[in-house]
Amino acid sequence: MANPNPVIVVIEDDPQMRRFLRTSLGTLKFQVYEADTGRQGLVEAGVRKPDIVVLDLGLPDMDGVEVVKALREWTMLPIIILSARSAEQHKVEALDAGADDYLTKPFGIGELLARIRVALRHSAVNPEHPADPVFTTGELKVDLLKRLVYVGDREVHLTPIEYRLLSTLVKYAGKVLTHRQLLKEVWGPAYVENSHYLRIYMSQLRQKLEPDPTRMKYLLTESGVGYRLKT
Amino acid sequence: MSGERPDPDVLLAKVERDEAKARRGRLKIFFGASAGVGKTYSMLLAARERRATGIDVAVGLVETHGRKETAQLLKGLEVLPARNIDYRGTRLREFDLDGALKRRPSLILVDELAHSNAPGSRHPKRWQDVEELLGAGIDVYTTLNVQHLESLSDDVGQFSGIRVFETVPDTVFEQADEVELVDLPPDELLVRFKEGKVYLPQQAERAIRNFFRKGNLIALRELALRQTADRVDAQMQDYREDHAIREIWQVGERILVCIGPDAVAEQLVRAGKRLASGLRGEWIVAYVETPRLQRLPASKRDGVLNILRLAEQLGAETVTLSAPEIAEALINFAKERNITKIVMGKPRRRGWKRWLLGSVVDTLIGEAHNINIQMMGNPRSAAGDSELPASRRAPPPGLSSDSGQKRKRGYRGYGLAVGVIAVCSLLAESLYGRIELANLVMIYLLGVVFVATSLGRGPSILASILSVVAFDLLFVAPYFRFSVSDTQYLVTLGAMLAVAMVISNLMANVRSQAKVAAHRERRASVLYAMSKELSTGRSEAEILRIAVRHIHTEFGSRNVVLFPDENGRIQYPTGSASSESIHGCDLSVAQWVFDHNEMAGQGTHTLPGTDLVYFPLGSGSKVLGVLALLPVNLRRFFLPEQKKLLETFISQIVQAIERARLAEQAKRSSVEMEAERLRNSLLSSISHDLRTPLATIVGSASTLTERDDALRAEDRLELSRAILDEALRMSNLVGNILDMARLDSGMVKLNRQWVPLDEIVGSVLTRLHKRLEGRPLNVKLPAGSPLIHVDSVMIEQLLVNLLENAVRYTPDGSPIEVTAEFGPLSVSISVADRGPGIPKGHEDLLFEKFHRVQGERAQSGVGLGLTICRAIVEAHGGHIQAKNRASGGALFSFVLPFDQSPPPVELEKD
Repeated sequence: MANPNPVIVVIEDDPQMRRFLRTSLGTLKFQVYEADTGRQGLVEAGVRKPDIVVLDLGLPDMDGVEVVKALREWTMLPIIILSARSAEQHKVEALDAGADDYLTKPFGIGELLARIRVALRHSAVNPEHPADPVFTTGELKVDLLKRLVYVGDREVHLTPIEYRLLSTLVKYAGKVLTHRQLLKEVWGPAYVENSHYLRIYMSQLRQKLEPDPTRMKYLLTESGVGYRLKT
Repeated sequence: MSGERPDPDVLLAKVERDEAKARRGRLKIFFGASAGVGKTYSMLLAARERRATGIDVAVGLVETHGRKETAQLLKGLEVLPARNIDYRGTRLREFDLDGALKRRPSLILVDELAHSNAPGSRHPKRWQDVEELLGAGIDVYTTLNVQHLESLSDDVGQFSGIRVFETVPDTVFEQADEVELVDLPPDELLVRFKEGKVYLPQQAERAIRNFFRKGNLIALRELALRQTADRVDAQMQDYREDHAIREIWQVGERILVCIGPDAVAEQLVRAGKRLASGLRGEWIVAYVETPRLQRLPASKRDGVLNILRLAEQLGAETVTLSAPEIAEALINFAKERNITKIVMGKPRRRGWKRWLLGSVVDTLIGEAHNINIQMMGNPRSAAGDSELPASRRAPPPGLSSDSGQKRKRGYRGYGLAVGVIAVCSLLAESLYGRIELANLVMIYLLGVVFVATSLGRGPSILASILSVVAFDLLFVAPYFRFSVSDTQYLVTLGAMLAVAMVISNLMANVRSQAKVAAHRERRASVLYAMSKELSTGRSEAEILRIAVRHIHTEFGSRNVVLFPDENGRIQYPTGSASSESIHGCDLSVAQWVFDHNEMAGQGTHTLPGTDLVYFPLGSGSKVLGVLALLPVNLRRFFLPEQKKLLETFISQIVQAIERARLAEQAKRSSVEMEAERLRNSLLSSISHDLRTPLATIVGSASTLTERDDALRAEDRLELSRAILDEALRMSNLVGNILDMARLDSGMVKLNRQWVPLDEIVGSVLTRLHKRLEGRPLNVKLPAGSPLIHVDSVMIEQLLVNLLENAVRYTPDGSPIEVTAEFGPLSVSISVADRGPGIPKGHEDLLFEKFHRVQGERAQSGVGLGLTICRAIVEAHGGHIQAKNRASGGALFSFVLPFDQSPPPVELEKD
């Protein structure tokens, strides 16, 4: 991590939730600033120079998606959103508006830390020029320079679209990507509504890369939201 | 013996009477012998006294006729504005009923109760306006002259020579709460008259001048005094009944007035009325329609109908009996109804005719025991003529008959009679000489009998004459001419005529009885058909459709049933109209009928100007709605028989509607009970399933906070884990409850997309990875990852629930199978286990809310998992079922249909 004591702004209206985040993150050497409304959160994010923002979608004064949009007007700093179950559409909106990742309440501290780490890593590295041209997770190895894919020692032959899809996932490895984002990146903006294309190619990719396609190890489905490449 | 105790029915009637009176306003009539006695003056005086005691008094309409004393009394009283109506160029001042109802004083003055309203008013008569005021709870003061009483107008007309057209039914007078007689000796009245202090309408001045003779005035005064005395007597009787004074308590007299189509009918009815009110008994007016009477011209039958209507107005019950014999029908009816007195006209047959043929009266006297019979002579004017006088009471508009409808005699019958006799002559000719002359006559007799049986009276008489003529000319010498000796064949002619008459009369009677029987049978079958169909009607709307259709079939009238909304305002029906229903009717009339529980419209006395007839639809005092119908033939429609049939129809319909409403109510309450049961089980489930983990969490957390220093590191970890596990369990439960609530509320919108089945199954298995550890899992999906059109989040939830159940309710290590099969535009997915299976009878109950096979156990869920599954499947238009596998274990399977074909996908070539 770039900063030994990263700064986190937590925008959350529930005091108990704030207490949990303050205590848990505090013990892990994070510097935590709190805000209980969207407006105050935007101010905190402006003055505290945070490394990351943790944002609850259900705020009393403004919609969380609006907060994301307001932040994205001036900063690319990572945003992790917190939301209740059964609000997939809301999450997708926030992610499409520029949030980096999401967590569904209730969640464990482990999950939160994992998301924070991924987000911090991505913000530290310019995604267009990955430091390491070879990506490895478990048996899966992707050589972005040579455009080669291996599962264990076996080289896997991918079609151009399959490779584009996989390389996009690798570029944002560990981060959730919505259907829309993937379609836009791989097929182009005209295809954002054709989510079945994405699903079919995803299914093909799994057949080629996953040892057991019914129990994913690498290409994870975020139900109703999108996909995530496990790191 | 409890003979001293009053009859409970009579007491009940009294209580009902008192209650109705309490709701109604009180009517006080200032009653006088003639114009000029000072009724209006007395009324105004009384009103002023009432006002002085603080009562809210208003003058609805008072005629001062320019008299100063009267006008003086009006000063200081509030006079409501009158309604001005232009009628044929003249301006009429009429009482404004609606204005008065709106103003609602405690007491209102309305002069001249017998007045007829201008055409176009709500009621034709002012006494009906007053009835409505009373019905609205307003007290009324009014004035009335004795000759305007319905039952007396006839008598007054007889001695004074002036007929009064404006009458008030006796019932109004009888039911008045107070009657104050305003009396003035005739001499004083004459003095006032000469001084010009008595108002006379201009047109009739001369006639009325003749009226103001001392003799007339004395007679009128006597009538007025006697009428008032009768009333006082009646009050005395009421008082005695109220106070159970038994001695002079009359046992209910029942008077039967028998009328025929003759001039005495009207007087009989009036006499019956007087007798009935004198005896304080019930009275019934009966008309027996014999086959002979059925052949009367329509105008005469209308006359009878008018008399029956008059009787109804005077408070009688009316019946029309169909029978061949008048006396027999009357005796049967009298026995059936316990008649004590019969009033009838004097027998018209006199002398030997009466002795020979008998009369109705004689038969009645002979056969009716314990019944007094009163006879009435024919009045001078009508003596010897059986014509009914043209009724002076104009029938309600539209009710007069179309008199041009004469029965056309068929000439065919006479032609056939001639033919039959010609055939007989031919037959006789061929047998002539071979048989006796007397037997030849028999051939003719046969012909006459045939004509009498089949062609009726006229043709049979013709046939008798022709037979005798033909027989005489053809077979008796000298041939082809008459001779003196032929007079003996007059005997033959007489015999033949007698035979012809007897047979044709018999046949006519048989035919008409058959007609009556057929008519009755048809009516019974019509009623039966309707009640049968009504009993099958489930909903109110269906019952109404049936009712409207049957009324249309039977009466030929298009009709509609109207119901009030929750505020009691009559509404147009909301459902779709059928061809039998009327489109559009006057809601204000319907509202009036609904409020007053009385019929109105064409042919009635309320708002007769409208096209439709409106009937209250109700039983007893409870009115459910209003039936409006458009009569095709108004005269036929108001025949007593038809009206009774309609009333029977209405009561059947009302019963059916009430039954449907009760059923609806019962259904609603059972739905409410079910909802109540669900709420209760939800509460008990939530309280148990949420409290149990909460107890663990609170306990463990309190230990951690309060006893921290005493805990070892591993204890602390143990407690923290307990908190975590229980919190996750609670989270799961709350999630389920919320899902259920969302699905239940119907707010869930499916987000259907084409998703590869293996992605869903894969995602579920990955999510349940930990829970499925150690379970042999057999997943059989079709190759090529086919797409299914579903809401993937929901289907994942569904599979998660099914798999979690499989894990929860089967032994560790037992295998689980997930299988999918595709049909055309559908997919069937099943989750099967090798556990203990489903207890018998629980297969369908499993999907009910809060149903748990083994009751509450620590590890069981809240009992919502499968309910959610079913809701999800049904939201997708599919169905889910549970059953036991033949080889052991349970199998849950669901089918999801797709509403469209998979989208085309262009895949790139490798």
